[in-house]
Amino acid sequence: MSRVAVLKGGRSLERQVSLRSGARVEDALERLGHDVVSIDVGVDLIERLRAEPPDVCFVALHGRDGEDGTVQELLEILDLPYTGSGVPACARAMDKVLTKHMLVEAGIPTPEFFAFTQMAFRELGAAETLPTIEERLDFPIVVKPSSQGSALGIKFARAAGDVPAALVSAFSYDARVLLERHVKGRDLAVSVLGGDGGPRALPVVEAVPREEDFYDFEARYAIGRTEFVCPADLPEGVSERAAELALATYDTLGLYGFGRVDLMLDEAGELYVLEANPIPGLTDTSLLPMAAEAADIGFDELIGQILELALARAPRV
Amino acid sequence: MRPAPGEDDFVSPEPRPPARSTSRDLERYAGLFASRTKVMKSSAMRDIMAVTARPEVISLAGGLPDTSSFPPETFAAVTARIAEQSCAKALQYGPTEGLPETKDCIAEVMAAEGMRVDHDDLIVTTGGQQVIDLVTKTLIDPGDVIVAEGPTYPGAVPVFHAYQADVVQIDMDGEGMRVDLLEERLDQLDREGRKPKFIYTVPSFQNPAGVTMSLPRRKRLVEVAAERELLVLEDNPYGLLRYEGEPPEPLYALDGGVYVMYLGTFSKILSPGIRLGWVAAPPPVLEKINLGKQEADLCTSTLSQLMVQAYFEIGDWRGYVRSLTAIYRSRRDAMLDALADYFPPQAEWTRPGGGLFIWATLPDFIDTDDLLVRALRDNVAFVPGSGAYLDGRGHSSMRLNFSGSDEERIREGVRRIGEAIKEQLELYGTLTGEHEAVRVEHADEAATEEPGGRVVELRKREGRPRRAGGA
Repeated sequence: MSRVAVLKGGRSLERQVSLRSGARVEDALERLGHDVVSIDVGVDLIERLRAEPPDVCFVALHGRDGEDGTVQELLEILDLPYTGSGVPACARAMDKVLTKHMLVEAGIPTPEFFAFTQMAFRELGAAETLPTIEERLDFPIVVKPSSQGSALGIKFARAAGDVPAALVSAFSYDARVLLERHVKGRDLAVSVLGGDGGPRALPVVEAVPREEDFYDFEARYAIGRTEFVCPADLPEGVSERAAELALATYDTLGLYGFGRVDLMLDEAGELYVLEANPIPGLTDTSLLPMAAEAADIGFDELIGQILELALARAPRV
Repeated sequence: MRPAPGEDDFVSPEPRPPARSTSRDLERYAGLFASRTKVMKSSAMRDIMAVTARPEVISLAGGLPDTSSFPPETFAAVTARIAEQSCAKALQYGPTEGLPETKDCIAEVMAAEGMRVDHDDLIVTTGGQQVIDLVTKTLIDPGDVIVAEGPTYPGAVPVFHAYQADVVQIDMDGEGMRVDLLEERLDQLDREGRKPKFIYTVPSFQNPAGVTMSLPRRKRLVEVAAERELLVLEDNPYGLLRYEGEPPEPLYALDGGVYVMYLGTFSKILSPGIRLGWVAAPPPVLEKINLGKQEADLCTSTLSQLMVQAYFEIGDWRGYVRSLTAIYRSRRDAMLDALADYFPPQAEWTRPGGGLFIWATLPDFIDTDDLLVRALRDNVAFVPGSGAYLDGRGHSSMRLNFSGSDEERIREGVRRIGEAIKEQLELYGTLTGEHEAVRVEHADEAATEEPGGRVVELRKREGRPRRAGGA
């Protein structure tokens, strides 16, 4: 049995969610007989990891620092194996703009979009292009920060007058934002789990909001606000196609171990990939554990498998 | 083997049962939750607010009184006295309505604000917050109407939610709740065949708006309540924290306790840690509140009640309030100066004559939920205004607390928030071509020319669609 450091918390806006994911992972690891060291990630991270080096780190961080490759880079330097995707894949997946460019290049459908930095508006007169963009994307337009992992900072612009305020809000989270065509339809998530035979897609989860007309950060973590259906009840062939797109996205970004790909199914039956999460939530309301359960993989087994994949990963050369 | 009960050995707890881990369990729990839990607002803001607690963050978000100046020797004397004189009593349950000796102290505090109260009019509670809960529990069936100020105390919002009240918020101006609008609204509710159960107000140094209801408004409000046979809950935690001017009479004094229920607390004049508040109400209402209190926690901590009694005997509570007042006045002034120096001219803010909070309002294209995230990058925090409304308003406002930080940190915190606002104003100007509105140099000049801020007309705003779809 291994000595496992569970990295959780940290400074991101998703700190609380990460603490919940981490606590649950710790319970599972203990049940699996591992020696668990719990680390709330902060300035003493390196010191603690050096003082008592674990055999492997379970990265249960969400959002900035944990999911964008920063912590993974540090673990590489310390030569410690860790769960989930490596540095470049995290960096790609946390950056929605880069992700979408890669999807487009790989021929994976994703809603049409335009991305800007704050600098472009300030110094290059990018604002002048807004009418063109609005015409191309049609309203409503989704405005979101490029790097935020959850739905924080995402706004709906229903008319041209909403766009500037929506951009100001999105720029509160990141120096780069994207404007994306809104896909009206059903909200799907496909979790992917690595294994001996390569990554496999788990059953599709559908998020059905109960109250609001969309699925927001609040609903995502609160029991009772959103209904999750797994496996989702979808028209013939859609689940297979969603799984195919999720695996293609996973490969394109170079994700490893596990991940979750979020998609939209529009009214014409077309699927679009919105984004990929290198470290999806592992809380009791999270979608990956739910999908695993639907595939008869219990939480402990899921965590055990993610840990094994970390140990099996070839070191970076 | 587990030792039998009564054996001296402490029993180490049984190993934790395996945590439930299947998602099907989740659905099982979800089916068990009371429907009232589904309207509780929760996680997103709370999660962000958790970030504001980091030590490197200058938090103007809290509502914390300063407890650092309380003399430790007084605290020691208070506890020693309880140990010597009333140890067994302090460790025992007490009457649900509270100890008579504590009620004497309460009567003294209320007298200091011009109110007369008898023991029979009072129930001692676990903090003022419990009063809001008990009153709401006593009066509200799901769908009943509560009238509150807009903005209202953010801590009351989850209580009203939990009892599934419909909350109607009445706009305020520099003289507090607009009682004319209140009457209009009451007429309208009347036409709809709905009668509100009570009006919730913080008339002095309101949390979050920092404004105080004028005497004419108070008189009219009390009349309106009597004419329409409506109860009023007067929440007055800050009345004694007055930094200038003369206090207007409390609603409770004006009405004589017929339709006005009064909420008081030791939190701001002594300590929030002792969790001690009280309610004064008409006897039939008090009787029901007493039942609710019994259900909730049997009685308020006897130890806390005796601490107050001992403190009132051996300490100088009026002197302590005076010293707090001096500290807060200086901090308020520091915040008002900093706002004038660092906030852009498009911002407006209130100038409270007491209490703990200033309410600032920005142009409506700035969403303070998002601005908070931006501000946190610079390690400064405030409370976004949305938490003070139940109807989607308040998104361009913020509550700033000046009691919990010293002058230097207040100034630096306001400076950082001001910078973040200016950045957003500039960006918006660039996006809309309104460049002239956002020149920072001009902003500074304009703000200095008009020191002290203006009292804000807390205006109504169209709710606009906010968040977008997509996971």
